[in-house]
Amino acid sequence: MWWKYLIFLAMSVIIWFSFTTPAPQQQIGEASRIFYYHIPQAWICVMAFTMSAYYSIKYLKKRNAIDDDCAADASRLGLLFCFLATLTGAIFAKVTWGAFWNWDPRQTSIFILLLIYGAYFALRGAIEDSERRAGLSSVYAILAFVTVPFLVFVLPRMVPSLHPSDSVINKDLKFTMGPQVRTIFFSSLTVFTVMFFWIFNILKKTNILRRKIEAGTI
Amino acid sequence: MPENSAGLVSKATAVYVKDLRLELRSRVGLNAVFMFGLTTLAVVSFALGQASLSPKILGALFWIIIFFSAMSGLAQVFVREEEAQTALALRLNADPDAVFLGKLIFNFSLLIVMTAVITPLFFVFTDAPEAGALNFLIILALGVIDLCAATTLVAAIIAKASVKGALFAVLSFPILMPMLIALTLASDKILAGGSLSEVSGHLQFLTAYAIVMLTASVMLFKYVWQE
Repeated sequence: MWWKYLIFLAMSVIIWFSFTTPAPQQQIGEASRIFYYHIPQAWICVMAFTMSAYYSIKYLKKRNAIDDDCAADASRLGLLFCFLATLTGAIFAKVTWGAFWNWDPRQTSIFILLLIYGAYFALRGAIEDSERRAGLSSVYAILAFVTVPFLVFVLPRMVPSLHPSDSVINKDLKFTMGPQVRTIFFSSLTVFTVMFFWIFNILKKTNILRRKIEAGTI
Repeated sequence: MPENSAGLVSKATAVYVKDLRLELRSRVGLNAVFMFGLTTLAVVSFALGQASLSPKILGALFWIIIFFSAMSGLAQVFVREEEAQTALALRLNADPDAVFLGKLIFNFSLLIVMTAVITPLFFVFTDAPEAGALNFLIILALGVIDLCAATTLVAAIIAKASVKGALFAVLSFPILMPMLIALTLASDKILAGGSLSEVSGHLQFLTAYAIVMLTASVMLFKYVWQE
């Protein structure tokens, strides 16, 4: 419907402005433009993970097969964005810190998130019976989600980090967003989120139809 | 309700005693865990020769050995029930909480026995400084508790899947990683001669992790067990 045109238009505008306005961080320069894409991707990755846990809890309570489909789809999209965020993060790290990978706490947590998504799909692949698969993978998704606070809030305090805690780029390179940068950044965040839900809804509709066909009610 | 909790404890003990008796007859889990630990330790020690290692590397090596040894045997406790097709009988005779507690304590005992042998050998083979050994025991105890707390539920999950052995490590590792990081950091400081107060943050982390994982596991176990 009209959502895809809206997303297309908004995304084009954001891409245009993210490259034509001055770079968001002067010391890093042109490379810092990646920040308009990297952070929304990381945000969606965590959001998808939360949604997967939410649908898993819902599945265990109500036992609706569609909730399990949603949990799996949220994870599928989460895996995609997790991969993108890791990739853009690694490129950004090479430019600013000099190496693609340096086990910064944020890199550690996104790597663990990738592993969790991978493990989740490995588990789903290893169970034949669809009801059993739904139940067990829901339990695993919830158990894995429980470890997130340790990764996000505790670990960065134990290991020295290169990521900023109080600014957006780096402790040494203080960076407070100007009004223009802030507008582009939050627009990008919003459009990425809307795009995620747009894809998610298409997948959800497909699953509902598939379930109906399998049940023979269509 | 005291009666209920007494029933839970006695039933959990019964499950534990049953598993212990089975284990003493076959020694499958113990053999797997123990021999895996010993073999890895021998390989590590042989490869290193007389090289003196920094505490950082020693701590990391130690936890790699313990992690993979644990992965080789901790799933046994649930896999055995599925393979012998006794899970259904157990499900009828005890409630999920009792089964979970019994199995958890069994896994804990298994790891305690294994580390009780492997840890002294590790100190002998790798020439790790003995000065911090006593403090290291506290880290070790917390680590073992955390390992059991997080992996017992995963063991129950993989017992119902098809490729059990490989899946156990794959599913456990991401969940254990935050705690493994804290463990290696703490071990590094302790082996370098640090005091316990230096790693108090890590100890708190490990304790909190165990509590959170145990609570989540107890709440989720019945869904796995009834599957």
